[in-house]
Amino acid sequence: MINQTTYDELRQIAGRYPQARSGLLPMLHLVQSVEGRVTPEGIEACAEILDISAAEVSGVATFYTMYKRKPVGDFHVGVCTNTLCAVMGGDAIFERLKDHLDVGNDETTDVRPQDKASVTLEHIECNAACDYAPVVMVNWEFMDNQTPESATQLVDDLRAGREVHSTRGPRLCTWREAERVLAGFPDDLADEGPSAGKASLAGLEIARQKGWTAP
Amino acid sequence: MTLTPVLTDNWDAPRSWTLASYEGRGGYDALKKALTMAPDDLITAVKDSGLRGRGGAGFPTGMKWSFIPQDNPNPKYLVVNADESEPGTCKDIPLMMASPHTLIEGVIISSFAIRANTAFIYVRGEVLHVVRRLQRAVQEAYLAGHLGKDIHGSGYDLDLVIHAGAGAYICGEETALLDSLEGRRGQPRLRPPFPAVAGLYASPTVINNVESIASVPSIIKNGADWFSSMGTEKSKGYVIYSLSGHVAKPGQYEAPLGITLRKLIDLGGGMREGHELKFWTPGGSSTPLLTAAHLDVPLDYEAVGAAGSMLGTRALQIFDETTCVVRAVLRWTEFYKHESCGKCTPCREGTWWLVQTLAKLEKGLYDEADGEAALDLLLDQCDNILGRSFCALGDGATSPISSSIEHFRAEYIAHLTHGGCPFDPALSAAFAAPLVTQGARA
Repeated sequence: MINQTTYDELRQIAGRYPQARSGLLPMLHLVQSVEGRVTPEGIEACAEILDISAAEVSGVATFYTMYKRKPVGDFHVGVCTNTLCAVMGGDAIFERLKDHLDVGNDETTDVRPQDKASVTLEHIECNAACDYAPVVMVNWEFMDNQTPESATQLVDDLRAGREVHSTRGPRLCTWREAERVLAGFPDDLADEGPSAGKASLAGLEIARQKGWTAP
Repeated sequence: MTLTPVLTDNWDAPRSWTLASYEGRGGYDALKKALTMAPDDLITAVKDSGLRGRGGAGFPTGMKWSFIPQDNPNPKYLVVNADESEPGTCKDIPLMMASPHTLIEGVIISSFAIRANTAFIYVRGEVLHVVRRLQRAVQEAYLAGHLGKDIHGSGYDLDLVIHAGAGAYICGEETALLDSLEGRRGQPRLRPPFPAVAGLYASPTVINNVESIASVPSIIKNGADWFSSMGTEKSKGYVIYSLSGHVAKPGQYEAPLGITLRKLIDLGGGMREGHELKFWTPGGSSTPLLTAAHLDVPLDYEAVGAAGSMLGTRALQIFDETTCVVRAVLRWTEFYKHESCGKCTPCREGTWWLVQTLAKLEKGLYDEADGEAALDLLLDQCDNILGRSFCALGDGATSPISSSIEHFRAEYIAHLTHGGCPFDPALSAAFAAPLVTQGARA
């Protein structure tokens, strides 16, 4: 439900920009954080605040793949199947997860009696971590260098409510919590995780070993 | 030629993303120097350095800044394109993760140079921790007086907004990015007018890639001559090369423009053991494929162009002999079809037809006798997209197809002879058993 607090926060987002409509993308992230998807009520709220039609907001919401019209689970698991990750094993990982979770692309698992959380599985496009291929994203956090075995363990842990950390970031939050950060409301986890993963430092390590620097 | 860490130099420092760590290594010194200079002199310094856009097109950055009409009464804007999504490209994301202040210092200097009082970093939404680090760094920069009103007593005001996108490759195209930042569907705009004259909110706007803007502090601090002492005649400076795929040590390698792929792969310990290079992209999937014959091409704008491709974003995706080029190209083509914004017919319809034809070829569904005709059909479809689309997405979609047919025509036909793909995809995976084991099993 879009309550007064959410209305206020939506207005606050619009207020960050020289022209309010620029806030629409983060506003829709906030709607997803509150509603679990882009709902008709969320669209109406954005339209009202920005003084544009609901059709205009819908037109935007349906253009971008991060906006979902079906409810998303507690954890959005995205398997990169763009060429490089696919070749490096992303296709095998995605097939294994579909089989293991018994869901298709863009579908969410049922919450079984033993589960604490649900998982939505989707194949995604290049997420700019090709040096860590094959890559899986959970709620848009990096899970680098995956295998079919590590990925099945990952989703099992998520469903069971066990603590899981990004390979280059903090303990995984829920999808709704992640959407709130994307709306521009920080969660104070910026200091978690390393500066860089191993691959990011590959060239720098060689330069250090050889004593190479810029002039 | 050696590696030259500049942008990557602090990535191994403890808590490198914090203001304290960045300033401890001389961070924001360039800003203090810049604020004592005339904005036009900053533009001249960046022009003299020879810095060219690091987002793929390679347009001279200083020249882009000088196109801003200073007599235009509208506010000026700086927009950083942090929508890194070109397949294979993975340099800006680790930069913003490890050292967001390098980018923010660049934003402040660049905004001061073009006389913008509002700047935006448009970062793709699918990188949560990078968004967090940017948000925190901006907060720290405000508290330290690097952002906000009357920055360090200079009388100059700047506000910086971190803006998360929502998943659309096309928003990396600069005019689509502007539409998206205005809260619309991300579709490219007709040019002219160029963004320098009528960009964000129809006002003068500079749009630069993350790496371009992050390079600015080093130029101001060390001088244009220092920067242009690296690189080749027309491709000056250092850049980040991103090595991925079937190499022993994938990762980020910062070196002067003009280093070769052979040198980069050698530095990282070669290809994965027991395998050899088959094909590679010099700058993402939109740049025509090259082969082992191109290992010694200097990786600068001119030489890669002369070799029939484009330097692009230095996204070096490396594939060995286990990889089916038809599978690779079909997957990229499906990507372009998915990401086509739908605004223009050649791209919207053309990418759909490309997938139909390629998928049929990949499955070996044409008669062998019709193979050449099918390839001609594919090339004809490419011909109807290349140069006829509204933006570079359509052009890019044809690159892997036409280049792979040029270099690997026989492999396409082999799919028809074989009645499907003759490759075993399991052998290409990072977690495939090492070659020795495969041999022992066979």
